[in-house]
Amino acid sequence: MQLDVNSQAFMEEAQDLLTELESALLELEEQPGDTELVDRVFRAMHTIKGSGAMFGFDDIAAFTHDVENMFDRVRNNELQLSREILDLTLACRDHIAYLLQCAGSGTQVDLEKGSALTAKVRLMLGAGDQQEPADAAPAQTAQSADSSFDEEDGSRRLTYRIRFKPAPDIFLTGNNPLHLIEELRDMGMLTTYVHTSALPSLAELNPESCYLWWDMLLHTSAGEQEVRDVFMFVEDECELSVQVVDSGDRIDSDEKYKLIGEILVERGDLKPEDLQRVLSSRQPMGKLLQQAGVVSEDSVESALQEQQTVRDMQQKREASSEAASSIRVAASKLDYLVDLVGELVIVQSQIAQMVHEREDADMLALSENLERLSDELRDATLGIRMLPIGTTFSKFRRLVRDLSADLGKEVDLVTFGAETELDKTVIERLSDPLVHCLRNSLDHGVEPPQQRVAAGKPRKGTITLGAAHSGGEVLITISDDGKGLDRDRLLSKAVERGIVAPDAELSDKEIYALIFAAGFSTAEKVTSVSGRGVGMDVVRRSIEELRGTIELTSEPGMSTVITIRLPLTLAIIDGLQVQVGEESYVIPLAPVEECVEHFGTADSGRKQIINLRDEVVPYISLRKLFDVSGTPPEIEQIVVVNALGSRFGIVVDRVVGEHQTVIKSLGKVFKNVEGISGATIRGDGTMALILDLPRLVQSAISAR
Amino acid sequence: MAPTIMTVDDSASVRQMVSFTLRNEGYEVIEASDGKDALAKIRPDVKMVITDLNMPNMDGIELIRNIRAKSGFKFIPIIMLTTESQAAKKQDGKAAGATGWIVKPFKPEQLLAVVKKVLR
Repeated sequence: MQLDVNSQAFMEEAQDLLTELESALLELEEQPGDTELVDRVFRAMHTIKGSGAMFGFDDIAAFTHDVENMFDRVRNNELQLSREILDLTLACRDHIAYLLQCAGSGTQVDLEKGSALTAKVRLMLGAGDQQEPADAAPAQTAQSADSSFDEEDGSRRLTYRIRFKPAPDIFLTGNNPLHLIEELRDMGMLTTYVHTSALPSLAELNPESCYLWWDMLLHTSAGEQEVRDVFMFVEDECELSVQVVDSGDRIDSDEKYKLIGEILVERGDLKPEDLQRVLSSRQPMGKLLQQAGVVSEDSVESALQEQQTVRDMQQKREASSEAASSIRVAASKLDYLVDLVGELVIVQSQIAQMVHEREDADMLALSENLERLSDELRDATLGIRMLPIGTTFSKFRRLVRDLSADLGKEVDLVTFGAETELDKTVIERLSDPLVHCLRNSLDHGVEPPQQRVAAGKPRKGTITLGAAHSGGEVLITISDDGKGLDRDRLLSKAVERGIVAPDAELSDKEIYALIFAAGFSTAEKVTSVSGRGVGMDVVRRSIEELRGTIELTSEPGMSTVITIRLPLTLAIIDGLQVQVGEESYVIPLAPVEECVEHFGTADSGRKQIINLRDEVVPYISLRKLFDVSGTPPEIEQIVVVNALGSRFGIVVDRVVGEHQTVIKSLGKVFKNVEGISGATIRGDGTMALILDLPRLVQSAISAR
Repeated sequence: MAPTIMTVDDSASVRQMVSFTLRNEGYEVIEASDGKDALAKIRPDVKMVITDLNMPNMDGIELIRNIRAKSGFKFIPIIMLTTESQAAKKQDGKAAGATGWIVKPFKPEQLLAVVKKVLR
């Protein structure tokens, strides 16, 4: 046997103990009635056994066990101390010394000697020895049961319902219920409900007493024994129940998690017959039971929490196994469904308006319910049409690879946010503009390898294409680490083409926006890739048709970033309804920043600007723009929107409010009307035009 | 600062094993060889006591009772070292106010698991 420091220490100690044992035994021979001496003998045996087992001297521990037992009986006056016993014990003491010596020198132990002594000791113990193996046996079975539990369990996660009612004096044993709960929390997902009904008023509260008890749900991969072990020190003094309520394999059953009544009966909070009695009427079960006085509010709350938690968990599992159960549906069916939902939303808002006017409380409740349902129906329906944008991304990878080879450039395409979902139609119509932007980046942005190296950049260029959700919009960015845009060249080109006046002072933002102006292309010569006059203005228009916006920023020599913002869906938008004279208009809500009052219409000539918290914001009057008849009210409203990267005010008579707006196309005839993107039917059946903010702002800028 | 733990055992080897294991984990350890010794050595900064039950002079049960009665130690975790055959002792210990127990023989990991459980 290898003797480590601990074993060495034990050997030394055991020698001392044997000496002590011997002297105690000899003294005992002279004073047989001295219980103190009996105690000393027992203690010495006990320590040899305990420490021996701890440091791996199992044979010594096992042998001493029987002798210790014998003396335990003597101590408890179950066995008369006799000369015989003393002789035997002394012989045993010698044997222990022999065993120690063998262990120290590593020599083989003569087993027969030990077993002969053990047999004698057992004989002395009489009937008692029958029980001895039984004492050791349970420990062993418990152990093997433990290990099989571990093996069997693996990654399977169970949900346990744990009710823990600690004894009021739990603190007085140095135990802390909070520690136990924390220990459970470390094992998995824990939901707790604390019962506070026993908590007395502050004046009567004994701070050393525990008044609280808990119902908990633990979702964990730990076995039941492990969960129970958390409470091992307190389980005798507390009320503890641990039950498996969800074994994690319910996926295939359509059954929802237990009803509230079932849970309460299972927990023993409620008698089955009480449940039956209350069941006859119809109301939420928890409330009924509570009103009937058969169960406390606390218990119902706690049970409700369990129901919620387990159901959530089951739902999550179902969602993760969803992939297997998808179906393919013709796109036209979906379109029709979206149309119908749109119509429903219109009818719903008509009802809502009517109910509002009539001030009928009953109808109001119904109408609000209808609104909630149609909102959910709308979201669900539109959700069906959503597809991840990633499918198009893979197409671009090929494009970048082939094109960069053609151009003799080395470019990596990095994509992110492939899982971002967009309306199917939007994705389809986004493909061409994106291709165009990528080509531009490849052709004009990323430099040839030699040039890049000369500029101290990595040889290989990177184009990043990404998508992300941002509020009600999807943000798509195309960026490259190329040479960026030459601000001055852009400006001179624009002047050359007559797009801006030579003396115009433009901000960086406005200059970069020029690239989207019609008839603007800076490539000096036409390449096979881009620069054939079909410029970024086409891209801009496609994006605007999708009711999106496009923006470009650049850092010369470093990068160019194009940001495209798109609405999640084409069919329905949140709109701000405004009124000018008799006419109603809808402004898409997303770009709206605020509404401010506007006093007096004393417009000083063409300069239509307001001072908004020290920022100059230009505005246009819808009344003037659309030539609406009648006189404006004394106090008009200005809706401040953010379009094309700048703030802009739109003057209206009155802001009506937010509305779900179903977009109806105006048809081909009105396709070229600037500033209007569609129409919608209002709650009262009248029409409202939907403003096309980017174009409205654009035309206002050019009019300036 | 890691808390101070007191280990009480008449067996020097068990004491050594306990304090070696705990010091290894950064705990400060005070050793005592029996109940009387423990009561004399206990200090306000001791945050936990691990005690054997069978000891001369003052046994573990008596020690637990005495510690609990001392001011400032009413809620201190006290772990007793017992053996399988001492089921009745375990009950006595609990009645005297022991927090929990470790069954001898035990491994260093088991000791640490219990220490961490009650000290958290």
